[in-house]
Amino acid sequence: MTGLRVDGLRVSFDTRRGPVRVVDDVSVEVARGRTLGVVGESGSGKTTLGRALARHLPVNGRVLDGRITVDGTDVLALSPRDLRTWRARELAVVHQEAGATLDPSMRVGTQLAEVLGQHDVARDARRGRVRELLTAVRLPDPDAIARRYPHELSGGQQQRVVIAAALASRPSLLILDEPTTGLDASVEAEILALLEDLRRDLDATVVLISHDLGLVGQICDEVVVLYAGQVVERGTAADVLTSPRHPYTAALLASAPTFGVPRRQRRLLAIPGAPPDPAAPPPGCRFAPRCAFADDTCRTDAPVARVVDGRTVRCHHAEVLDLTATARPGAEAPVPRPGSLLQIDGLTRRYGAHAVVDDISLDIAPGEVFGLVGESGSGKTTLARAIMGIGPRSGSGTLRLSGNVLAPALRRRGGAVLRRMQMVFQQPDTTLNPSHRVRTVLARAHETLHGTDSIETLAGRAQLDDALLDARSTDLSGGQKQRVAIARAFAGSPDLVVCDEPVSALDVSVQAGVLEVLADERDRTGTSYLFISHDLAVIGYLADRVGVMYRGQLVEVGATGDVLSGPHHPYTAALVLAARRRDRRRSATPPARAATATGCRFATRCPHHLGDICAERPPPLRAVTDGHQVRCHLPIDQLPKGTA
Amino acid sequence: MTAVQVRPVAVATDVSLPPTARRRRPIALVVGGMLVGGWVLVATFWPYLAPYDPQRQHPTLRFAAPSGAHWLGTDQFGRDTFSRMLAGARPVLEIAPLATGLALIAGTLIGLLAGTCGRWVDEVIMRVLDAVLVFPAIIASILFVAMLGRSVTVLVIVIGLAFVPIVTRSVRAATLVERQKPYVEAALLRGEPLWSLMLREILPNISRTVLVEATSRLGDAIFAAATLSFIGLGQQPGSPDWGASVSDNRAYLQNAPWTVLSPALAIASLVIGVALVADSLRARLDAR
Amino acid sequence: MTRLLTRRLVAIPVTLLAVSVLVFLATEVLPGDVARTVLGREASDASVADLRRSLGLDEALPVRYAHWLARFVHGDWGTSYTLKVPVRELVLGRLGNSLLLAAFAFLLLVPIALGLGLLAGLHHDKPTDRVISVVGLALGATPEFVTGVILLVVFAVQLKWFPASAQANPGAGLLVRLDHLVLPAVSLVLLCTGYVARHVRASTVAAVESPYVRAAELRGASRSQVVRRHVLRNSTVPATSALGVQAQFLIGGLVAVELLFNYPGVGALLLQSAIDKDLPTLQAAAVVLGLLYMLIMLLVDVTYRLLDPRLRREVPA
Repeated sequence: MTGLRVDGLRVSFDTRRGPVRVVDDVSVEVARGRTLGVVGESGSGKTTLGRALARHLPVNGRVLDGRITVDGTDVLALSPRDLRTWRARELAVVHQEAGATLDPSMRVGTQLAEVLGQHDVARDARRGRVRELLTAVRLPDPDAIARRYPHELSGGQQQRVVIAAALASRPSLLILDEPTTGLDASVEAEILALLEDLRRDLDATVVLISHDLGLVGQICDEVVVLYAGQVVERGTAADVLTSPRHPYTAALLASAPTFGVPRRQRRLLAIPGAPPDPAAPPPGCRFAPRCAFADDTCRTDAPVARVVDGRTVRCHHAEVLDLTATARPGAEAPVPRPGSLLQIDGLTRRYGAHAVVDDISLDIAPGEVFGLVGESGSGKTTLARAIMGIGPRSGSGTLRLSGNVLAPALRRRGGAVLRRMQMVFQQPDTTLNPSHRVRTVLARAHETLHGTDSIETLAGRAQLDDALLDARSTDLSGGQKQRVAIARAFAGSPDLVVCDEPVSALDVSVQAGVLEVLADERDRTGTSYLFISHDLAVIGYLADRVGVMYRGQLVEVGATGDVLSGPHHPYTAALVLAARRRDRRRSATPPARAATATGCRFATRCPHHLGDICAERPPPLRAVTDGHQVRCHLPIDQLPKGTA
Repeated sequence: MTAVQVRPVAVATDVSLPPTARRRRPIALVVGGMLVGGWVLVATFWPYLAPYDPQRQHPTLRFAAPSGAHWLGTDQFGRDTFSRMLAGARPVLEIAPLATGLALIAGTLIGLLAGTCGRWVDEVIMRVLDAVLVFPAIIASILFVAMLGRSVTVLVIVIGLAFVPIVTRSVRAATLVERQKPYVEAALLRGEPLWSLMLREILPNISRTVLVEATSRLGDAIFAAATLSFIGLGQQPGSPDWGASVSDNRAYLQNAPWTVLSPALAIASLVIGVALVADSLRARLDAR
Repeated sequence: MTRLLTRRLVAIPVTLLAVSVLVFLATEVLPGDVARTVLGREASDASVADLRRSLGLDEALPVRYAHWLARFVHGDWGTSYTLKVPVRELVLGRLGNSLLLAAFAFLLLVPIALGLGLLAGLHHDKPTDRVISVVGLALGATPEFVTGVILLVVFAVQLKWFPASAQANPGAGLLVRLDHLVLPAVSLVLLCTGYVARHVRASTVAAVESPYVRAAELRGASRSQVVRRHVLRNSTVPATSALGVQAQFLIGGLVAVELLFNYPGVGALLLQSAIDKDLPTLQAAAVVLGLLYMLIMLLVDVTYRLLDPRLRREVPA
């Protein structure tokens, strides 16, 4: 048969605590030319499965049981030499952070030529073929790219080079492991469009490993959901993702914010608990400890995978469960109060000559959640840090807190100011002092910020068990760490909390818990947030107003509903398109234009380019409606809307 | 409403890349520990262990070959080599740990300061460090001891100070890594003073680096002390100090090699012991 | 690159000045009178005073320094107080000897250390690696005069393969001179290999476990292909600074070896002039060595930038 077939695969790792079964009885089947999505969170075993398919496990990994067949070839039975040949001829893998898979000391073209050499392409033919490959992945000026080193390319360009290498071998099995995680939304849309076209061209079996349900839903034909190393549900993407039959799948879908659905419409469902320790899985169903529908049978008897309603499900009660109940009603948020809590006026910050934050002005009202959207290089993090008083010193502009001017440097701000403004950071693993216990973390904050509530109260508000207080911060999960960080920020009852991508580094099901804690705290205290994210769905969920940043400038600002539905700035339109994942064919790579110092920053990529005026004159900030402003040369009635 | 319940249990990390299974048997640590421990005991109890007084001369038994009476023979003055070897442990084991302690304390404080403050403080400290590091530590210590004269105090201070820049550099690098992390910024943002940032927030998290530095510098200090006494800058002449013994007896390499080899091998065994312990510690700490 | 060079070309003379000032001050502050040390304890006070005057030792410190500096940059490095010979010939001659030994040792060191480090890294956590690492560690910890003594006893005294003294007869040819230098060079190589090999091993392991090597394996490359194409380059370049550190040590830090093997090198000169408070020699040797060390550091940094493409431009395109 053609395509991929996995039967009863079991993979174990030898660790310090003994052998750990990471992949347990996984079976899948994908016909040639179709795409399989492998969905799971940390600890699900999806990455290990991907490595097992390439038979490329680390030194302490072993395949205990099972068979992997690709187009009839039994991969696990190949001799080392045949395995190498098979990998060269039939397999291609694209990883997350593709740049790291390129040798930093070799030019890009040389590395591609090396791959071609593996396929017995004659030496003099290689250069031409490299050029063809780079053109196929839509890289402009392929000869120049071939001469560059990997670090001289952007993340998106590196990813394309890796895809080009994958193409070179014309594989029959293409494995994509989180290929677009870490890339900006607009770049991601382009890469996905590219992959889509290539897939049709290649007629290969594609396996896409991802935690991103939306991505999987868009480009995969079939889906397999992994939990704690086992298959919990498997079927067509349409079936599994629109009407799931396993409680975990349903909970996963209910815990991710959907674009355009704010909190007052539907609240996210946080899955309680955490995935089990792979060295000691619970008896019975592995999801039972966290499942809202679990009963005694679930906790004692391990369910087998059965066919129910056209797909495979591992659950005792698959036939009878009504999973549409897995949803939460919305909750009204308090209305922002009048006045201005934080006033930013013409703020500019530079690294050397380059203005990372360029003349930003905005107001945040008391009790308001202001969402700031931007991608890498937009300056959003620098802006956040400038507000807090850290970061580059050179620049200008004023900051006012409740009308009083704030000193630009943190050192010169008094304790009273520090108490009123706090911050939540992106990376959960480094946000808490690894040598401190949770109690110490909160106690330090409590003392220096002159907190009034007890430490136990602070912890409780962040949904943290009292028993956790004595744990070392390194023993906590990502979600728990972020919640401790939030409790820490609230120790002094602040008026403004700046949240810099607080959930971006967390698993989908964990994000919901953290977002809900943030929302609950806001409801209780009326604190304002400056909520920074690249994820429009998350912003749309919590924010009252939104600002969009591009290359240091604020290109749009307004009420959330107005900004997200349009009419809005062309850049916002691109982000919305990527968020909706609709019709990617239209978002073809726009022609590369030279950037100018004076004109609109987005002119180089804008599909609505008017002409010289965009390149030469800085666009004015114009009001679309009261409170909604856009920085663009286009007349208001020609601004794109969400559907454009 | 489903509250987010929490189990206070270590959560599963992404097991697709678990820690390597190799459990190294601690041979190096044990052997090294025994060597070091052994010499420490000798240095402390040598008066009870040495068969003869190391300064006592036996004029009739000069250059005696190893025998039952003198296990490692005698030197040009008829002094028992074995006793001199045992007695020689103390000088080096007095100086080296003190010098290391000095280097560690000073180096850690300066490194922490440079890494935590950043900006001009760091710039100044780095420039000074660069200027001082133009000369390798060993040359600097040789020069200064030669100029300042020999006494235990001078030796301790000079060797200790010679290693301060190396420790500072290491600690500074580790501090810089921690300094970028959000938990330090969070401390900054709530107004913690400098000393608290350095000692309460950052220091506990660079303890690994400091420990590795401690053991590595100890080996270096022993190396330096032995070398200094070899070239004649150690303590008073005639002392059974190992380095000096090697130097004093190297003229007799041909006819009485045991007088040179015993102090030499004593040095070797001690430094190797320390190095083994240092390396095992480093490997263990890295793996965690 | 040019920024680096200009910065260094400014920093070097400044640092050298600082070094010379430090040495000047140090000798001044210390106990002991130079003139008396030269003439000996029995000399009369009058003759000591005379000597002080003739050596200019009774002038104010800044004046003395200025005089010394002016003469030094014009090539007049003065006369040694104790040896009574022109300092320049003395220092440069000794330096030449040291450079010969250093170069010999370095030429042996580079292939051995790189080779062992690579071997250890490619077989990491296996017996080969453990042996290389432990032996390298042990040898690196042992002072070079200790290994030198053992080598002497075995190879010079018992087996008589090599001469015991490093100093060849005057006028001897290069090969003969090198023959005398084998034992000291070997004891140095034994000392230095461990340090460099450890660095090479670490970067080899990093390369072997890197994503780009994994990706190459996934494309079907064989082990030897992967090593040749990807590991070699990425594992040896980081060793540059480790080699630089050893080069610095090899030039001026060999006091013990020079004493043990009776070799008239600049290390021993430095030591003796410090003990004797022979200021002109000490100053000149310190400055010359300082210059050499900084040039080595500069060479290392430039080499790094040339070899590692990531450092070539100040800002990536």
